[in-house]
Amino acid sequence: MRVTVRLFARLRDIAGASELARELAPGATIGDVWRQLAGEFPELAPYGRSISTAVNADYARMDQGVSDGDEIAFLPPVSGGTHKVLKF
Amino acid sequence: MTVTPLAIGFEPLDLARITDALDGDVGTDGAVVTFLGLVRNHNLGRSVRYLEYEAYEPLALRTFERIASEIHDRWPGARLALHHRLGRLEIGEASIAIAARSAHRGDAYAACRYAIERVKQIAPIWKREFFDGGDVWIEGATADPDDERARADAERAACA
Repeated sequence: MRVTVRLFARLRDIAGASELARELAPGATIGDVWRQLAGEFPELAPYGRSISTAVNADYARMDQGVSDGDEIAFLPPVSGGTHKVLKF
Repeated sequence: MTVTPLAIGFEPLDLARITDALDGDVGTDGAVVTFLGLVRNHNLGRSVRYLEYEAYEPLALRTFERIASEIHDRWPGARLALHHRLGRLEIGEASIAIAARSAHRGDAYAACRYAIERVKQIAPIWKREFFDGGDVWIEGATADPDDERARADAERAACA
């Protein structure tokens, strides 16, 4: 099956593309997509613990399965993030 | 032209129009609290020249809707308008405009503060800071809308 991968901010800079098409085996999860990308772009790997993910513009978990045609987004940490209350 | 209460885009922000997007309960409301987030010329000792914002726009909009819904649950009767700007922003320009409207000022203040804290926590929006000598993506922590501890932090800040 074929999915579209969306990358943002520093992740996009590392991969050199904001959108990639990828072929996946049936039963693949978001985590599988990430591991494949991190293999291609080793600089992405350190982000594995801090990214958020989304499927079709809805937040999702790494173990969620993906379907043909899905748009999978990998989101680097945002400026506020968890456990921080920031001033503007 | 009708202004939608929740929006993200490249147009300059207009706080008055955003506030107007909340009209509808004239008479029963007693307060509107507004917030503008501005691009500052310094950050962590760096002289900032300008910022560039980018977002995963459809998810950002859904996140704004979620925040509006959280506000509705926590402060019934309070309503939220929130616009975020993207692209290159110069020093002094507004990156986010928020208006909260309610029967009483306490709820309006709390809802407005809660909204900005939640946007910073969970909206998929990133800023790249261009400063004298280089540029850097500002990365805080993982966006997790289901993290109840983070949500409680935002509520605590709102009610301080």
